[in-house]
Amino acid sequence: MNEQETLRVSKIRNGTVIDHIPAGRALAVLRLIGITGSEGHVVTVTMNVRSGKLGRKDLVKVENLELVAEQVNKLTLIAPTATINIIRDYEVVEKRPVKLPDRIVGILRCINPGCITRQPMEHVSSSFVVVSKSPLRLECEYCGRYLEEDEVLRQLTQQ
Amino acid sequence: MWKFRDVISILDFTREDLEHLFSVTDKTLERSLDVGRPLDGKIVATAFIEPSTRTRLSFEAAAKKLGADVINLEPHLSSMAKGESLTDTLRMLDDYADLIVIRSPYEGSAKHAADVCEHPVINGGDGSQHHPTQAMIDLYTIRSLKGRIDGLEVGVVGDLKYGRAASSFIYGLTKFNVKRIWLISPEPLSPRPELMDRLRSMKVDIVKTEDLEEAIENVDILYVTRIQRERFPDPAEYEKVKGSYVITKKLLSRAREGLKVLHPLPRVDELSNDVDDTPYQAYFIQAKLGVPVRMALMGLILGAF
Repeated sequence: MNEQETLRVSKIRNGTVIDHIPAGRALAVLRLIGITGSEGHVVTVTMNVRSGKLGRKDLVKVENLELVAEQVNKLTLIAPTATINIIRDYEVVEKRPVKLPDRIVGILRCINPGCITRQPMEHVSSSFVVVSKSPLRLECEYCGRYLEEDEVLRQLTQQ
Repeated sequence: MWKFRDVISILDFTREDLEHLFSVTDKTLERSLDVGRPLDGKIVATAFIEPSTRTRLSFEAAAKKLGADVINLEPHLSSMAKGESLTDTLRMLDDYADLIVIRSPYEGSAKHAADVCEHPVINGGDGSQHHPTQAMIDLYTIRSLKGRIDGLEVGVVGDLKYGRAASSFIYGLTKFNVKRIWLISPEPLSPRPELMDRLRSMKVDIVKTEDLEEAIENVDILYVTRIQRERFPDPAEYEKVKGSYVITKKLLSRAREGLKVLHPLPRVDELSNDVDDTPYQAYFIQAKLGVPVRMALMGLILGAF
């Protein structure tokens, strides 16, 4: 990283740095972990910076907030390469691995319009179990229909 | 093993569970008119949001034979017609009844009902995936007629994509050691990938074909299903496949000796009436067995057997 880019991604004192996000998905990452900007945290989003590993990558820094495992794990849906660094007093005190949860509740939409989770009157949260991690394949716990990786990405990046 | 259990999918049951159900059904049939009233004082609620003849009436008949009272939700006469949700309706039924039988066009509604209700829920058919009690009846019928399920070659013909009875029956077969399952359908009605993946993971010997005649020469059981017009997203697609297969007496003349034809009914045009008076016909027996199997099922769930 050159000096200009170092400035761009300057250190934070306390909080979380999500690194190695596939380029262009930082905003979807924020949406997925539930950060809207109205919480008051200082949030820095850096997109399309050079990366040895990924070619280009995105980076998100959230000050004074340590992400919990549940928030972190959802990230595997759109950013399986992401690394989570917990920062305290400018030091990385913990690198949290991103682990795909066994069940994904309420984030995604079943593709089957006849599924009970798609009936607005019934207020049933969607729920998927992971059938395959790579390529990602989820199965609706209600109707059994598969949700494939491209559809997961489409839903989470185009909201 | 059965007491207070929800019946959502045939996949939730082991071979041992099913064999126990079948042996209780045997006893129910042997004692036919003398089972007593073990469910006296219990209330069974049926909530059929989709049309049904055999399933609803055989549940009702079975419950009454066991001495239970039955209350029926009539969607068009209930507050559902005013826009009340299925979820709220279920909460109310759960307060009134000891057991709830539900059929809904929404897939997964039986699982949702089981989540919402404290009392046991039986899936009377939801969407195009699950109709577990029909599969139990189908398997019991085969066992009754053939003396076994293991070792048989079974053909399933028709709408394998949208037909919930077909899917549940196929899943049910995987609980036993059948020799081979023939899946016979035109390509647009072939089973969904979810079902095929499950069959592959269970290492079941499968033949997928459009050639009905070849299949008929090889199977011991032919399970015929209606093409589910109401589940086609596009009516034009239905027009393309309707009438794809018609099982006739003439076609069955090539069959193995002892072949039995099952059909969950209703039939439309896929099964000719000229099969009714042949030794192949087993679908009326199958329909009749709906009552004793459902008696055994409800008796087990409510702790009477």
